[in-house]
Amino acid sequence: MPLSNQLKNQHLLWRAGFGPAVEQLDNLDSASPQTLYKRLQKASSKKPEYLQAADNYLQGLMIGIQDIGRLQKQEMSPEQRKELQRKSREGIRSLNIYWINEMVNSDAQLREKMAFFWHGHFACRNLNVFFQQQLLDVIRQNALGNFRDLLHEVSRTGAMLNFLNNNQNKKDHPNENFAREVMELFTMGRGNYTEHDVKEAARAFTGWGANARGEFIFRKFQHDDGSKTVLGKTGNFDGDEVLDILLDQKQTARYISQKIYRFFVNENVDQKKSEWLADRFYRNDYNIDKLMEDIFTNDWFYGDNNIGCRIKSPIELLVGIQRMLPMKLENEEALLLLERVLGQILFYPPNVAGWPGGKTWIDSSTLMMRMRIPQLINDRDEFNIKPKDDDDQMMGRGDEMKKKDGYGMGKAGRPINAEVDWSAYLKFYDSVPREQLVNDISGILLQTKKAVGPEVITQYADNSSKENFIKTATLQIMSTPEYQLC
Amino acid sequence: MVIIKRRQFLQLGSLATASFMVPKFLKAFEKVDRVPPGNKVMVILQLSGGNDGLNTVIPVRNDIYYRERPRLGIEQTKALSLTDEVALHPALVGLKELYDDGSLGILNNVGYPNPDRSHFRSMDIWQTGSGSDEYITTGWVGRYLDAQCHGCDKPTYALEIDDVLSLALKGQNAKAIAMKDPKRLFGTSNEKFFKDVLKNHRDNSEETVDYLYKTLSETLSSANYIFEQSKAHPSTTEYPKTELGNGLKTIASLIFSEINTKVYYISLGSFDTHVNQQAQQQRLFTEFSDAVKAFSKDLKANNRFNDVLMFTFSEFGRRVSQNASGGTDHGTANNMFLIGGALKQKGLINPMPDLSDLTEGDLKYKIDFKTVYATVLRNWLDADDTAILGKKYEHLSFC
Repeated sequence: MPLSNQLKNQHLLWRAGFGPAVEQLDNLDSASPQTLYKRLQKASSKKPEYLQAADNYLQGLMIGIQDIGRLQKQEMSPEQRKELQRKSREGIRSLNIYWINEMVNSDAQLREKMAFFWHGHFACRNLNVFFQQQLLDVIRQNALGNFRDLLHEVSRTGAMLNFLNNNQNKKDHPNENFAREVMELFTMGRGNYTEHDVKEAARAFTGWGANARGEFIFRKFQHDDGSKTVLGKTGNFDGDEVLDILLDQKQTARYISQKIYRFFVNENVDQKKSEWLADRFYRNDYNIDKLMEDIFTNDWFYGDNNIGCRIKSPIELLVGIQRMLPMKLENEEALLLLERVLGQILFYPPNVAGWPGGKTWIDSSTLMMRMRIPQLINDRDEFNIKPKDDDDQMMGRGDEMKKKDGYGMGKAGRPINAEVDWSAYLKFYDSVPREQLVNDISGILLQTKKAVGPEVITQYADNSSKENFIKTATLQIMSTPEYQLC
Repeated sequence: MVIIKRRQFLQLGSLATASFMVPKFLKAFEKVDRVPPGNKVMVILQLSGGNDGLNTVIPVRNDIYYRERPRLGIEQTKALSLTDEVALHPALVGLKELYDDGSLGILNNVGYPNPDRSHFRSMDIWQTGSGSDEYITTGWVGRYLDAQCHGCDKPTYALEIDDVLSLALKGQNAKAIAMKDPKRLFGTSNEKFFKDVLKNHRDNSEETVDYLYKTLSETLSSANYIFEQSKAHPSTTEYPKTELGNGLKTIASLIFSEINTKVYYISLGSFDTHVNQQAQQQRLFTEFSDAVKAFSKDLKANNRFNDVLMFTFSEFGRRVSQNASGGTDHGTANNMFLIGGALKQKGLINPMPDLSDLTEGDLKYKIDFKTVYATVLRNWLDADDTAILGKKYEHLSFC
């Protein structure tokens, strides 16, 4: 049976974005995936706005502090420094929520989804909100641009340079961390270079650093300007030249294409297709927009083995629900708590390798939690889940933070208090006869071949009115294992 | 009630593998393996945040220790003396009793090459059992589950007393269950809708769908099973009313039952004592000591102390020198406590850290923590440590 336009379009919207929004429902069946993709591309071509999470107070504190070294030399009182850290953490929380709102509401779905991918690729844990918002901006600006620019710019952010210890990479005391991860995780992947290449590349990055506001600084006197040999090329390379050497390697195009295939198409990589993508990506000099077009306009992307096989990441799940059911969250911090309990907090990847994804999202606790979320939204139920401490975030003051603001991330024991705006969603089903409802709702919400039988959903839905039936059936279907997939 | 021997039990485990693909999603509700008393159990206590090992097992005759810690060094007269040279932190009264009793072992200088000082990263390394330059996405206990329990429907082989499951307990195919309280887990999972959804499911060709249903099925059956077992022989010993106390009481009750759990995992923290270390460590050690004391007393009274091996670890120790805020910063090698009635080596198993031989102010590790894992996997759990850890490590002789 040929797949319907609706299913294909939903597939596209889940993969090239965060799922269909309620206002898109009317067009799902009529437009072709190609047309829809053109629209996505167009909407994503505008320059994104800078997401500013650091408030005036924090900006004021920052003014005059030019150098991270001076910050630590106790020019500030311990109280001031503590306050700065607290405010910074708060800022990162706001940044998290701002970005989630973009993912939910922006028409530039493709760009935000791509940025979300790069956010995991250029994974960076950093407690400085200025660093984080700057890195996010670099990623969002270049999400669909050129990977060459993206790599160069990310490599010059305070966030990454600090996270990977490049501020400590000096001529007489090289620190290899940055050079190693650039090769292992950002470009070529393990096994395609030698330890010697890492050592030599690290020398090229000596003197690369950033000030407290995240601005790139080249410390000339710390830079080793001697001759280096990296991947067979010899010269007095600086960091930028080494990045270009890495980009000259076709392996980089291969590594990135494969990772993108795994994220956007299927965890099980079809080597031939991935190699075809890599060829073109390399020939187009790392044009990301073209690479994504190669994927999303290709027939095989819409093959039924690629549909409904991806386990939504916690962010994709949480954003996807909100796109279909627009809601006002009285307690936005609850989102952060959910992110934490489900195992994906924006700006806090587990390590520089990013979130492993796939089946690793699912264990007993996270699955039960996922299946309860729709009810939590509906019932104003209370969380009785306590997330684990995060010592990197709490920096030795966990106890104090717990007392002060719940858990430093979201407040446990408080309801989500979501006010769902059902009107557009209900309207869409106006002409659908009652006995057809569960099938239609499943068709909109699920990408899997099979779904929980209508009789089970009907049994648990509220039959008192058509409206209530639609609402409750929707929440029930969202509470099934199938809804975890896209 | 059928009581079978451990060897038979393991064989049944492998039979379960073969029968995995039969219509299965309901099967898990009914039949449950029984583990005989006498079965060995491991309890892992994670001291989160990087516990300061030097103020835990204290070199009370070492001048360098007092020189580097003018404010934080603990005087010999206040500490709980183990030998002429070594004493425990004053709050560790319960551990001192275990030491006197021959049920405490101390491993010094445990760590790994090229240590990482980020909490998250170093915890990753400890929990996955990776090198500091590798990123592994499964935990070492999780891989034990994979090996012991391939395709079987009993994720209760390992339990974490927590709301969220740690990476340590996530395998490729099998994952442990996390729960704070068996009753609450049962309440959460006991929704009729979930059961009906499960019942409604038919085998599917879609791999990820099946994976989700398998997890759902295991969760529901395990929740039921754990709850039933927790009620079978609940502990009657009094425990301190702390989170760790409650957690260990839950573990004890399950150990007294016939649940098939081999590994329990529980955490205490945060030991990240950059500021005001004394008060924080004192408080946490009191909770630790009191809870462990009640736990071992309980196990002894019920004749199970010889079947239980508990060990502690932390993602790193702390620097030898104190910092300027009455605390210590992230360091490297650390000590581990081993607790149980069947220890083959007791007391101070290896030499204390050499404070005159440091790497940039940090202790040098002498024992790779993975050798400890290899030892407990092989000698205590009778598992294939080489397969689980991906490498052959030497075995220590404490168990």
